[in-house]
Amino acid sequence: MEILFASAVGILTAAGIYLILRKRTFPVILGLSLLTYGVNLFLFATGRLMVNAPPVLNKYAEVAYTDPLPQALVLTAIVISFGMTAVVVMIALGAYLSAKDDKIDMIEDAERAGDDA
Amino acid sequence: MSLFLIAALPFLGALFPALLIRAGRNAAAASAGFTTLLAFIGLLLNAPAVLRGETVQARLDWLPGLGLNANFFLDGLGLLFAGLILGIGLLIILYARFYLSREDPMGQFYTYLLLFQGAMVGIVLSDNILLLLVFWELTSLSSFLLIGYWKHLPEGRQGARMALAVTGSGGLAMIGGMLILGHIVGSYDLTVILQNKELIQSSPLYMPALILILIGAFTKSAQFPFHFWLPHAMAAPTPVSAYLHSATMVKAGLFLMARMWPVLAGTEAWFYIVATTGLITMVLGAVIALFKDDLKALLAFSTVSHLGLITMLLGFGTKPAAIAAVFHIVNHATFKAALFMSAGIVDHSAHTRDIKRLGGLRHLMPITFTIVVIASLSMAGIPPLNGFLSKEMMLEETINTLWRDNHYLVPALAVFAAMFSAAYSFRYIVHVFLGPQRRDYPTQPHDPGVGLWLAPAFLATLVIAIGLTPGIISGPVVSSAAAAVIGDGQVPYFKPKLWHGVNTALMMSIIAITGGISLLWGYPALSRAWNAAPRPEAKDIFDTLIGTVTRLSQRVTDALHNGSITRYSAIMVFFTTGISYYAYQSGVVSQATRTVQEAGPLPIIGWISLVLATTFIVVYHRNRLLSLVLIGVVGLVVSLSFNYLSAPDLALTQISVEVVTIILMLLALNFLPKDTPVESPVSTRLRDGAIATVAGAGVGGLIYALMTRDFMASSISEFHLANSYKGGGGTNVVNVILVDFRGYDTFGEIIVLGIAAVVIYALTEAILGSKVRAYLLNRKPDLPQDGDPHPLMMVVATRVMMPLALMVAAYIFFRGHNLPGGGFIAGLIAAIAMLMQYMASGFGWAAERQRFYYHGIIGSGVLIAAATGMGSWLAGRPFLTSSFGYLHWPPLEKFEWATAALFDLGVFLAVVGAVMLTLESLARFAWQPGMQSEHPMDINPARDDAAKEKEEA
Repeated sequence: MEILFASAVGILTAAGIYLILRKRTFPVILGLSLLTYGVNLFLFATGRLMVNAPPVLNKYAEVAYTDPLPQALVLTAIVISFGMTAVVVMIALGAYLSAKDDKIDMIEDAERAGDDA
Repeated sequence: MSLFLIAALPFLGALFPALLIRAGRNAAAASAGFTTLLAFIGLLLNAPAVLRGETVQARLDWLPGLGLNANFFLDGLGLLFAGLILGIGLLIILYARFYLSREDPMGQFYTYLLLFQGAMVGIVLSDNILLLLVFWELTSLSSFLLIGYWKHLPEGRQGARMALAVTGSGGLAMIGGMLILGHIVGSYDLTVILQNKELIQSSPLYMPALILILIGAFTKSAQFPFHFWLPHAMAAPTPVSAYLHSATMVKAGLFLMARMWPVLAGTEAWFYIVATTGLITMVLGAVIALFKDDLKALLAFSTVSHLGLITMLLGFGTKPAAIAAVFHIVNHATFKAALFMSAGIVDHSAHTRDIKRLGGLRHLMPITFTIVVIASLSMAGIPPLNGFLSKEMMLEETINTLWRDNHYLVPALAVFAAMFSAAYSFRYIVHVFLGPQRRDYPTQPHDPGVGLWLAPAFLATLVIAIGLTPGIISGPVVSSAAAAVIGDGQVPYFKPKLWHGVNTALMMSIIAITGGISLLWGYPALSRAWNAAPRPEAKDIFDTLIGTVTRLSQRVTDALHNGSITRYSAIMVFFTTGISYYAYQSGVVSQATRTVQEAGPLPIIGWISLVLATTFIVVYHRNRLLSLVLIGVVGLVVSLSFNYLSAPDLALTQISVEVVTIILMLLALNFLPKDTPVESPVSTRLRDGAIATVAGAGVGGLIYALMTRDFMASSISEFHLANSYKGGGGTNVVNVILVDFRGYDTFGEIIVLGIAAVVIYALTEAILGSKVRAYLLNRKPDLPQDGDPHPLMMVVATRVMMPLALMVAAYIFFRGHNLPGGGFIAGLIAAIAMLMQYMASGFGWAAERQRFYYHGIIGSGVLIAAATGMGSWLAGRPFLTSSFGYLHWPPLEKFEWATAALFDLGVFLAVVGAVMLTLESLARFAWQPGMQSEHPMDINPARDDAAKEKEEA
């Protein structure tokens, strides 16, 4: 199961980075979302994977619990990533509406430096 | 008075003038004067002890791990300088009150002045070189504000920038030098450093430390070749010039050389660097000063020259020379401050500082004339004034100084400089005040009110008093300061006499004065020759240098940052991956200790769907709507895997965030193009693919390695599991961590979330306020619209579901402490319940029924959380200490109460407000006139009936 999990994190990260390297806002936002999934899963897995051991204390029996701390961190990370995505989306939208163009590179500069557009 | 208080008073006092200026200029000036006076009195209270030879100390360990301690000490040198800074500061405050005009913002002026004063006092009292460096940089910054005080003058701004560039870069060098010094000694405390002369001078790092520290001191004290900033700083108002260039800023460099004298001086390198620089500066400054027509420029170059003189004396490295240096510091401060202030008076009353346009002022301004004569003659070195005494001492010292076995070089140059010094001093008197009265002054000159002349007159009195009775007035302070400079624990012999018989020094003085008179006599011819001669203009050189550096850095920046974010991201990913690989290569990887778990059918199905969805997103990312659908699939799988892997809270959070995120992106996509064009060539895509694959493989490998190994050390999670119920009163450990153990983090978290929402709102306002609004109002949808914007079925269903959804939210909220749930998740659910109304019934309908501003909901959430946290103060506990207990109200079951639930309520409200404000802002982009209908449903029987009835009636 660990290998499935690790490969999924790797694939999400790779796909996220590939999309972040695109030149339009929307794919970059998608890439950020994928990267966020990858990072959150990564953080979560630092507590190691356990099945059927939720960190909800059982008053009646001695049972195993998974690590609650990464979960608390990831929970806030998920909510914050929503805020971040929303801000980025809004900036992208504002930039597109103002410039009628959703390229993320500064046009003149990119042209001057002859970057591979 | 404690040294801490003396050092802090000017900073505290800096608050008042800016606030009190509303009460008038007198109030602002009085508050500044009062704090300075208080600090001055505090200093005087400590003076007797210092003069007895004690060192007053105040210690406070601030960051002992870094060697940074807020330690202050007061010895003779510190007392002398602090006295000058505060004493002349007082006079300047008085003078500036009457000098600045009604248009000048006086509150600002005094605030800057006190900030500067505090920084200077800090320098001279610091017993820790790191602390000293902090104050040193503060003087650079605050002097920048002071020099550029007249913001409307381009010269003021340029002069301020130049002063900051020169003294700031010197300060950088000095940081390096001081750190080396601290490294050699192993302590950053000055008192310790000053006792390790042998250790420092025998260290191989002595030379680098010396040079770096000297660069700092030379730039600050305007020594050649860094002297050029000082004359340009004359664009400042005269009180600033008088303060910075007589007693404080430029003396800071001298102070530092004097302070470090016991451990740095006495070597050959010290002598040749410091004495030679001082000598050159003294000669150069004196010569240039004579030919300046601007009164303040004349004084500026004369200051440069006198600073050179003191530097040279310190450079000699002998005890008598050090005493002479200290004495001249006092004398220079008195006569130079008086001269600057009288130059300001002339400027103030004649409206020009140009010597060519002045002359014959002695009858028009008799008081100013008297002050100028006294101060100028002292500067020229005429007995019985104080300038004569220290100049004699200086000449005496030069006689004994060999420069490369040459007996005559130093004395000859000193006399040469003294000649010019006498000449420009006489010129100030003769060309400005003597001669026939003119008829073409810009305004009729007259003596100013007492407020302006009192301060320079006081200084002129001091000039005479010190000259006549040097042993009584300045003796104790100078000897105690000189003792501190020399640092051998003995009070040196200091008994300057006006008449000590005819000796070589007196002969040299006579040559200098007669030479000065003849120079002035031949001034017209000399001036013509000087103006005809080519000479380098320091400002042009500086501007060229700065221009070159700017262009160079521009080129480097442009080459690295070409404006392509894609490129930055690629570089960053590439670099991070490389660094991680290096860390992996150079580190030690332990053996895998955990057994890999068997994967059942569920994980495999989840994995396949996630991989497929992700791959399809990459392949079809140009079809934006499709990729949104696919990213929903990814989010769903992620939340299911959280659930499978024992994280029910995360699963709930993820799935509800997923809903709002997708709605958000859909709203945005409404306005964005629906397709991404093909732009990158295959090669770029392959390159990006390679970067992404390597980075992804790295991340995957890393987490795999992590998951197959046990913790290196025991985790703090055990503590949380053990104390969740006992200490936090909840069985859902994740929730207890959020609202209790790490409540501070959560508190910060909801504030950040709120800020994000408010930022989005502000962006919306800004965008809708721009010309974009016109486009949005007339925008035609680019996709065919649904025939029925508010389907009846959906409207009815969502309205029925609203209370149910809110009840679920409440249920999730209340059970959160003990079972999966809590404020975050409940907030998201409640937000979704409201979003459904917006979606089904329309923005207008929903907004009309929304009675609370979302900003307010965010704010109340944060405030409730804060108030809960502060409530623990009432119980005498730290912020956010939680409390809980159990209640039993018959006939209800026994139930638990916890303050954490109140905190969670704050979280709930903040999340609801933030999500709603965000999405509502985005939705406002779609608003067009005529859209808002009172009735969300297209078919509204009631309305039609009413209309028909009306028609019939």
